[in-house]
Amino acid sequence: MTMMGYKCMQQGGSVLYRLTGATGRRLVAAVPLVWLLVFFLLPLLETLQVSFTTAQRSVPPYAPLWGFDETGFFTNFTLDNYALLAAYWQDYIGPAGNSIKLAFFSTLVCLLFAYPMAWWIARSTAKWRVVLLVMVMLPFWTSSLLRIYALIGLLNPNGFINSLLIWLGLIDAPLRMMQTDFSIYMGMVLTYLPLMILPLYAVMVRLDDDVIEVATDLGASSVAVWWTVILPLTLPGVIAGSLLVFIPAVGEFVIPALLGGPDQLMMGKVLWTEFFRNRDWPVAAAIAMLLLAILTVPIIYARYQDGREDHASDPQAGTP
Amino acid sequence: MKHIMKVAAVAVLASTIAHADGQLNIYNWSDYIAEDTIANFEAETGISVTYDMYDSNEVLEAKMMAGSSGYDLVVPTGDFLARGREAGVYADVDMTRLSNIGNQDKQVQGLADSQMADTKAGIVYMWGTTGVAYNVEMIKERLGDDAPTDSWSLILDPENAAKLADCGIAILDAPTDVLPNVIAYQSGAGDTTDAKLFEKAGEVLNAVRPHLRYIHSSQSINDIANGDLCAAIMWSGDAFQAAYRAEEANNGHVIDYYIPKEGTNLWFDLMAIPTDAKNVDNAYKFIDYMMRADVAANNVNYVWYASGNEAAKASIDPEILEHPGIYPTAEGQKKLFVVPVYDAKLDRAVNRVWSRFSSGS
Repeated sequence: MTMMGYKCMQQGGSVLYRLTGATGRRLVAAVPLVWLLVFFLLPLLETLQVSFTTAQRSVPPYAPLWGFDETGFFTNFTLDNYALLAAYWQDYIGPAGNSIKLAFFSTLVCLLFAYPMAWWIARSTAKWRVVLLVMVMLPFWTSSLLRIYALIGLLNPNGFINSLLIWLGLIDAPLRMMQTDFSIYMGMVLTYLPLMILPLYAVMVRLDDDVIEVATDLGASSVAVWWTVILPLTLPGVIAGSLLVFIPAVGEFVIPALLGGPDQLMMGKVLWTEFFRNRDWPVAAAIAMLLLAILTVPIIYARYQDGREDHASDPQAGTP
Repeated sequence: MKHIMKVAAVAVLASTIAHADGQLNIYNWSDYIAEDTIANFEAETGISVTYDMYDSNEVLEAKMMAGSSGYDLVVPTGDFLARGREAGVYADVDMTRLSNIGNQDKQVQGLADSQMADTKAGIVYMWGTTGVAYNVEMIKERLGDDAPTDSWSLILDPENAAKLADCGIAILDAPTDVLPNVIAYQSGAGDTTDAKLFEKAGEVLNAVRPHLRYIHSSQSINDIANGDLCAAIMWSGDAFQAAYRAEEANNGHVIDYYIPKEGTNLWFDLMAIPTDAKNVDNAYKFIDYMMRADVAANNVNYVWYASGNEAAKASIDPEILEHPGIYPTAEGQKKLFVVPVYDAKLDRAVNRVWSRFSSGS
């Protein structure tokens, strides 16, 4: 619709059409904006506010940040929650490191598997593409918890894989796969792989075959074609997929809890402890805000730099 | 058209019948009631029950603290109930409205009331202990006939733990059910509120930590039943559930449970009514129903936890009534203690010890 509107305007469409076109476009843009405002920004501001108050035994279990009573305006504003995190930073830095490490390597492994898979799907015939994409998305239709339990059934000492290997005579004693790094990464990659494949597929399927053909005709080796042509063109998909996997993976709670051993304390569990065991919603909120800042500021900065470079290298950018 | 009118009339009639005796929204632990109890209650009273389940006190507490849970009856553990009372989440229970109050085990109810320093908080539904579940054969194989299957040292002594590491040890992920017992193992004062003793208990746990398979509250039920673990610190009822599952599966694993001689903590789950409950009368009707001797016994025979109901004992399966792991002997009862309700500061100190232990730092 917008594409059509755009073309009409190019041909000098009526003023009326131009007006409704602009309103229509604004309306279309307004829906997701309102959605983000109500379900993302407001809860975020609420969390930020809670991070500056104190916990107490009441409903809700924290003091109001500000309000009015018989003496007039009052506030419970405090930086104590952040001070507590600073004072006991050793207790938080380890789990934060564990979570970032887990998220980083999960993203990397997902990328290594997803890149060739997405390429293969994008290069299949249109009919096969649909089938393959449905197969990628199919696991999303079952609860991720159920899939994790299925994985436990496979990896257990008395599970399917060990039973099979023992029956085949390949091993004598069951392999220890559960509660190891291996089981955690299996769970992470299985859960997050589709989030990496889909954005990669989206860029790869739009990749113009002619560009590859031209590069090959001009004598580039297949490695050179990939490095100088395909990789730069698919980079937006790599970045989008990596962000989609990395960000939720940092806060992952269920997979390390069910598949991991005692030594893998992650940030998700630390938040859980603050929230449920210490019943300290303000400290939990402070951790969430800090994590958010640590993770998003570099990402926003990188995107901002990216945007500026695009502008600098492409003088046409921004003009129709 | 006539047909549609008829259907509509029947539908309206049906909905008035369903609402005639009202609603009751219950939130209870999973696997914590006999399969036919709710249906029997509905048939007897005409009250329509919505029955939801949780598997940790923390989940229940977070829901109650957020407000407007919509539940009329919940079953928190004593210390959680006490904190909720302080926050104004739970109403006083009016004992005069319960015709079966005489059936209650006065000693057990009294212990729970003293833990909470509150006599109107709730009615003890079930109670239990924390102890050790173990695989009889696997322990014998590794530690011989003298295996200390009557002491916390089976798991808390690093020498024993090292010998059992290959067959798998697990500990409950519940600081207030484990740390007081570690203190009882060390010095016998499990009901302490001294933060320093918790630090020391943390050191004992850290010493066995390299030998642990995991720290988790519900996974060990299946794993010990399947032979994937050979010893675990568990809640009494969970241990018997594991023993039962192993027996059902006929997989050759025999699971038993003991209350360690150094003592262990007693805990109580109580039926309580939220302050904002809408169907208070029905909640009382349900509590009273649950306190009937036959109903209480039926529940115990299904879940294998000890009941807060004295009158039920006549109809409880002797196998349950005579098991010292469920109904401790007079000798065993002397070793039981009740963990006091911690204040926010001690909570944080205890949880810090626990986090350091579980992360190995």
